[in-house]
Amino acid sequence: MTDQEIKNKIKTEEYFVNMGPQHPAAHGVLRLLLTIDGEIIKNVEPDLGYIHRSIEKMCERDSYQQIVHLTDRMDYLSSNINNEAVCLAVEKALEIEVSDRVKVIRTIVSELTRIASHCLWWGVMGMDLGALTTYFYAFRDRELINDIFEETCGARLTMNYNAPGGLMYDIHPNFVKRTKDFIKHFKTKIPEYDRLLTGNVIFQKRTKGVGILTKEDAISYGVSGPVARGSGFASDVRKHHPYSAYDRVDFKEVLLTEGDTFARYQVRIMELWESISIIEQLIDNIPEGSVKEPTKAVIKLPKGEYYQRVEAARGELGVYINSTGAKNPYRVKFRSPGFSNLSVLNHIAKGSKIADLVATMASFDFVIPDIDR
Amino acid sequence: MKNEDLQNIINGLGENLEFTTEATEFLNVTVPKEQLHTICSQLKSNPELKFDYAFCISGMDWGKELGVIYHLHSTEFKHEITVKVTTEDRENPILDSVHDIWQTAEFHELEIYDFFGIKFNNHPKLRRLFLTPDWEGYPLRKDYVDEANMIIK
Repeated sequence: MTDQEIKNKIKTEEYFVNMGPQHPAAHGVLRLLLTIDGEIIKNVEPDLGYIHRSIEKMCERDSYQQIVHLTDRMDYLSSNINNEAVCLAVEKALEIEVSDRVKVIRTIVSELTRIASHCLWWGVMGMDLGALTTYFYAFRDRELINDIFEETCGARLTMNYNAPGGLMYDIHPNFVKRTKDFIKHFKTKIPEYDRLLTGNVIFQKRTKGVGILTKEDAISYGVSGPVARGSGFASDVRKHHPYSAYDRVDFKEVLLTEGDTFARYQVRIMELWESISIIEQLIDNIPEGSVKEPTKAVIKLPKGEYYQRVEAARGELGVYINSTGAKNPYRVKFRSPGFSNLSVLNHIAKGSKIADLVATMASFDFVIPDIDR
Repeated sequence: MKNEDLQNIINGLGENLEFTTEATEFLNVTVPKEQLHTICSQLKSNPELKFDYAFCISGMDWGKELGVIYHLHSTEFKHEITVKVTTEDRENPILDSVHDIWQTAEFHELEIYDFFGIKFNNHPKLRRLFLTPDWEGYPLRKDYVDEANMIIK
């Protein structure tokens, strides 16, 4: 028989494979139902809910101060940014103008959170593609940020540093010095990241041209954050709807047009530099002022609908609050970046290999509690 | 574009549209459910509107009515509106799917079906997304009671 005849004789058939809920590349309990033909993916169907806690329903029961604490547990890697989103929404509704000091501190802490989150992502991205060393490099640097947070507010991950009306308490006297030390240290480390992973031939072969997302699809699927910016969709909330102190700092919105896994990777690495630049512009001139505007013990928002968005590490986080004037909200909806980004996964994974799906998912940087809420 | 101009253009797209800007930062359009799909497709295709980015789609239980709120943004003109659609049928609420207009809606409609029980016409595959297939009731509805798992203050 010739090769062609053998090929015609061999028949393949489609079958289901469960990827997850306990899969090392899923970064949590995400279950993907894969329909595959050989190694080619025909369909990806996410099955969610393994750690759904119904935070939106719990919010309807709780007071506005309590809601802030629940948001830590959504995207735990950008916990401070989530807290900030709820506080900004409540302040917008109550028409509270926080002091410049609060705005600047919130921005610095949020950017540190973003760096910590991108560090972790960089570590696990390498790990997913078989380069375990990146994980240790990333955690070495992320640890320093967590130490700063611990000294500032007592918590390393779920920070609860923001409160409606300002901050829980002022920054620690060491905060400025330690942050500057960290920036000085970290500036020497990003080139190290590049030398270790970005320029690696195996890494580039596995990411370039893989998992391509076009700009039109990114917009239609509601994709945001570094994933959208890797496809050329200018969606940075910090730039287009500035909040806190982002309107007084000079930074670039990183945009690449390739739309592949490597582009998403590069966007995050460049964003590290932008975050450093934002912190450097603010850290020396933290204005004096009060760190907490007085609020009533029982906060009641005026009747109406409020929407506040912020740029979390994974994209646009929206907080929709519908208030009837009572002490707890009538309805709260969190527009989480992970949930919308996940909706596009099937579209770009179709026709690719299973190993490419792992690379694509790594570049999406899913945090499952953010998807499940 | 200003809200007044937006209102003038959108008003020409359908009948019996209600507009309000009270107690919200966006222009709010309430659309009769029969016209939802036609108006939404025009909101996206109209060259003066081009609402191509549905950044938030939320289910809602107003007590008597169920419904959906669409937060829309135009990446070209940067203007924003919210579209609301309601149905009074709590036993068998059915709305049209808009997943062919904004593809992200396919996923958000699954979430709304799961938590509010609103069914969507023409949805490719309506299923329980977060909860198990045999779960009874729709947890984010206001009249949902689950004594075992809910703490009610």
